[in-house]
Amino acid sequence: MDEIKKDLQNPSKATHQDYFGRTITYICIAFVGLLVISILYFITTRGIATFTANHVSLWKFLSGTNWNPGLLDKHGNPQIGALPMIVTSFSVTILAAVVATPFALGVALFMTEIAPEKGTKILQPVIELLVGIPSVVYGFIGLSVIVPLIRHTFGGTGFGILAGTLVLFVMVLPTITSLSVDSIKAVPMFYRSASLALGATRWQTIYKVVLRAATPGILTAVIFGMSRAFGEALAVQMVIGNAVLMPHGLLTPSSTLTSQLTTGIGNTTMGTLPNNALWSLALILLLMSLVFNILVRFIGKKGSLKK
Amino acid sequence: MNSKTSNNIATGVIYVLVAAVIGILVFLLGYILWTGIPHISGHFLTSAAQSFRAGGGVRDQLFNSLYLLVLTLIISFPIALGSGIYLSEYAPNNWFTSLIRTAVEVLSSLPSVVVGLFGYLLFVIQFNMGFSILAGAIALTFFNLPLLTRSIEESLQDVSQLQREAGLSLGLSRWKTITGIVLPAAVPGILTGIILSAGRVFGEAAALIYTAGQSAPTVNYGDWNPADPASFLNPLRPAETLAVHIWKLNTEGVTPDAAAISSGASAVLIVVILLFNLLARMLGNWMYKKMTATR
Amino acid sequence: MQNYSFDDTHIIDIPLEKAMTTENLQVFYGDNHAMHDASLEFPRYRIAALIGASGSGKSTYLRCLNRMNDRIATVKGKIMYRDTDINSKNINVYEVRKHISMVFQRPNPFAKSIRENITFALKRNGIKDKNELNKRVEESLKAAALWDEVKDELDKSALALSGGQAQRLCIARCVAMKPDILLLDEPASALDPISTAKIEETLQQLRKNYSIIIVTHNMQQASRIADYTAFFHMGHVLEYDETEKLFTNPEIKATEDYISGNFG
Repeated sequence: MDEIKKDLQNPSKATHQDYFGRTITYICIAFVGLLVISILYFITTRGIATFTANHVSLWKFLSGTNWNPGLLDKHGNPQIGALPMIVTSFSVTILAAVVATPFALGVALFMTEIAPEKGTKILQPVIELLVGIPSVVYGFIGLSVIVPLIRHTFGGTGFGILAGTLVLFVMVLPTITSLSVDSIKAVPMFYRSASLALGATRWQTIYKVVLRAATPGILTAVIFGMSRAFGEALAVQMVIGNAVLMPHGLLTPSSTLTSQLTTGIGNTTMGTLPNNALWSLALILLLMSLVFNILVRFIGKKGSLKK
Repeated sequence: MNSKTSNNIATGVIYVLVAAVIGILVFLLGYILWTGIPHISGHFLTSAAQSFRAGGGVRDQLFNSLYLLVLTLIISFPIALGSGIYLSEYAPNNWFTSLIRTAVEVLSSLPSVVVGLFGYLLFVIQFNMGFSILAGAIALTFFNLPLLTRSIEESLQDVSQLQREAGLSLGLSRWKTITGIVLPAAVPGILTGIILSAGRVFGEAAALIYTAGQSAPTVNYGDWNPADPASFLNPLRPAETLAVHIWKLNTEGVTPDAAAISSGASAVLIVVILLFNLLARMLGNWMYKKMTATR
Repeated sequence: MQNYSFDDTHIIDIPLEKAMTTENLQVFYGDNHAMHDASLEFPRYRIAALIGASGSGKSTYLRCLNRMNDRIATVKGKIMYRDTDINSKNINVYEVRKHISMVFQRPNPFAKSIRENITFALKRNGIKDKNELNKRVEESLKAAALWDEVKDELDKSALALSGGQAQRLCIARCVAMKPDILLLDEPASALDPISTAKIEETLQQLRKNYSIIIVTHNMQQASRIADYTAFFHMGHVLEYDETEKLFTNPEIKATEDYISGNFG
C-alpha cells in the first residue's frame, strides 16, 4: 500500500522515457531551425559583401544593365548591373504562371466539378508524374524539342525567354493544379447546390460561385507556382541561352538569376568581386523566396477573414 | 449568348485544357522513353562515361546517384523522424511552434540552387571538404528535410487519437505510446513519403553541382573499404550523378554522342522514378492490407 | 429545457471502504467552466454509474480521474486515491494510470495481434517472463469473457475482431495490468445488444476484484449493473445515491424528470 503511494509521487522509468523522447525530438527540430537560420545568415553575409566590402552601390547593382564583374567601365567602376537577370527571371516566372494558370484551373475544375471520380482517378497520377519528372529532364526535352521548334518557327537561336517560359509552364503546372484542387474542394457543397437550385447553369455556378469563393486559395496556388519557377535553375539554364543581356523580346538569349549563378559560381574565386556579385544574386533569390512566402501568408490571412 | 451556350462552350474549353495536359504528359514520357530506351543496354549501364569519344556509359553516375540517395536517406530520415514526431506529438500550441513551422515552410520553398550553394559554402569551402559525396548528401538532406518532416508529421497525425489515449491510459509514457503504438500504425504513410522523397532526391541536380561535384573519377568496385580513396564506397570522393551528368552533357559537354547518352540517361532516370512511384503505391496498399486483414 | 436549481442536490456519503474520492472537482476548457464542484466517493469492489444527458459533464469528469484531461483542460480540486491527491503537480501520471485504467467509448485496439495488444504494456512495465505473459493473456481474456472466442487465434490481428470483441479485448488489456480501478466511458454505446449484454456480464464478474466507475447514457444499463449511480446535469452532480433508491425514489426533481423521460 505504501509502496504504491510512494510510486505515485516519484518519477518512474516512464517519466525518464518521456524526458528522453522530448529531448531527442526537440534536438531534431532545433537542428532544422538552426539550419534555416544559418542558411539565411550565410547567404546574407556573403550577398551583402558586394556592397559592404566592394562598395558597389545597391542602386547601380539593381538598375545597371551591364554585367561584366571582372571588368571596369570607363569611370573605373565594376560593371555589375543585375537588371537583365532580374528582368528575365521575373519575365519567365510571370509568363509561365500566366500560361499555366488556365490549364491548371481547367484540370482542377475537371477534377472537382465536372467529373470528380473519373477525373481524379486519371488526373491525379498525371499530376504526380509531372511532379516526378526531374528538372534536368525537362531541360533536356526543352533543349532537344522546344528550342529547335522555336528556331524553325520564329528564326533566331531558339534560346530565350519563350523557351524558358514553355519549360517552366509544364514544371509549375502540377503545383498550381494540385493546390487549386485543394482550394476548390474546400468550397462548401451547399454553395453549389444553392446556386444550381436557383436555376444557374453549371458554368455560371463555377464561374460566379465556386471560383469566386476559391479565389484566395487559387492565388496562393499561383504564387507557389511562381515561387517554384523563380527558383528553378537547371531546366531554365539549359534553354535560356545564358547571355547576360537585357532581353529584347521573347526570342533573344538572356540569363536568369539562377542560370547565371549556376554557370558562374564555379568560374570565380571565393572572396573576389565577381564571386561576391554572384552571391548577391543568390541573396536576391533568397529574398524573393521569402517574399513569396509572406505573400502566401498574407493572402491566407485575408482570405480567411472574409469567410 | 445565352447561359446554356456559354455553359457548353466553357465545358468544351475545360475538356480541351484537360486533354492538352494529358497530351503533354504523354508526349513527355513517350519522348523520353521512345528516344531513350533504344540506348539503354547492358553496355550502357555497365561502362564508364567517355568525355571525348562516343559510346560512353553511365555506370558510375548511376551508382553515384544510388549511393547518394542511400546516404541522404540515412542522414535525413532520423532527423526528419524526430522533427516530425516533435511537431505532431510534443509541440505545444505557442509562438515558438509557429516560428518553427514557418522555418520548415521557408526551408521547403527555398530554391534548391540556394540550398546547394549553402552546402557549397559551408562544407566545400568552410570545412574544406572539397566536392564530395558526403557534402552532396548533406546538401540533399537540407533539401529533403522539410518535405520528409511534413510527410512524417502528416502520417502520424493520420493515426487516430484513440490509439494514443489507449496507450496513455495503460500507464505507458508518451514516448512509448508514440514509438510502440502510433509510429508502427503510421509506417505505411511514412514509407510512402520516404519513397516519394527518394524520387525527388534521385532526380535533383541543382543542389549537387557544387557539392558532390561534376566529375566521376574511376573507382574500384571491388574495394569495400570506405576509407580507401579508390573505393567506390569512399564518401569523400567527388561524384557526378545521373541528373548532373545529363545537365553537364547538354551545357558544357564535348562528347559527340551527348544527345544519345542524355536520352538514355533521362530514360533511366524516369524509369527509376516511375518504379519508386509504383513501389510507394504498392507498398502502401500492401502494408495497409496486412495490418487490417486477418493473417 | 426547464431550469433546475443547481443548489438542490442530494449526494450521499458511502459507508464503505473507498476506492477513490473527489473533492470540489472543477474542469475548465479555456474559459468554459465545464464541471462544477463535483464531490463524490466511490467504494471498493462496487460499480458506480455516472448518468446524464450528453454534454452533462459525466465523461469529462471520468477522464479527470486518471488524468486523461491533462493536455486539454484545467482541472482544479482534489482527487484522492490511497490518501494521495493525484491531481497535484508532483504526481507521476503514468503510475496513476497503471492503477486507474480506462476503457473508451469506441473500441481502440492497437494495430497489433490480440496477444500483443495485451502484452505490449506489460512488457514495457518490465514483465519479460514468457510464462507469466502467457498466463496474464489467458487470465485477462478469461476475465473479459473473450478467451473462448479467440484462444486459437491469439496471433491474429486485433483489427479483425468485431466491435464487441474488440471492446472486450480493450477491457482485457486494462485488466492484464492488474489495476485497482477500472474507468469505462460508455463502453457499450457503439455496440449491438448482444455485445452489450456480454460486456455487462463481464463487468459483473470483474466487480469481485475491481472497483468500477462507468459512464453510460443508457439508464437500463445503469440500473442493471451499478450499485451506486450519480446523475449529472449541465456540469453539476445533482444526485448520488444507491442505484435502486435513485431510480425508484429520487430526491431531486431533475433526476426524476430525467429517469422518467420527461427531460427537456
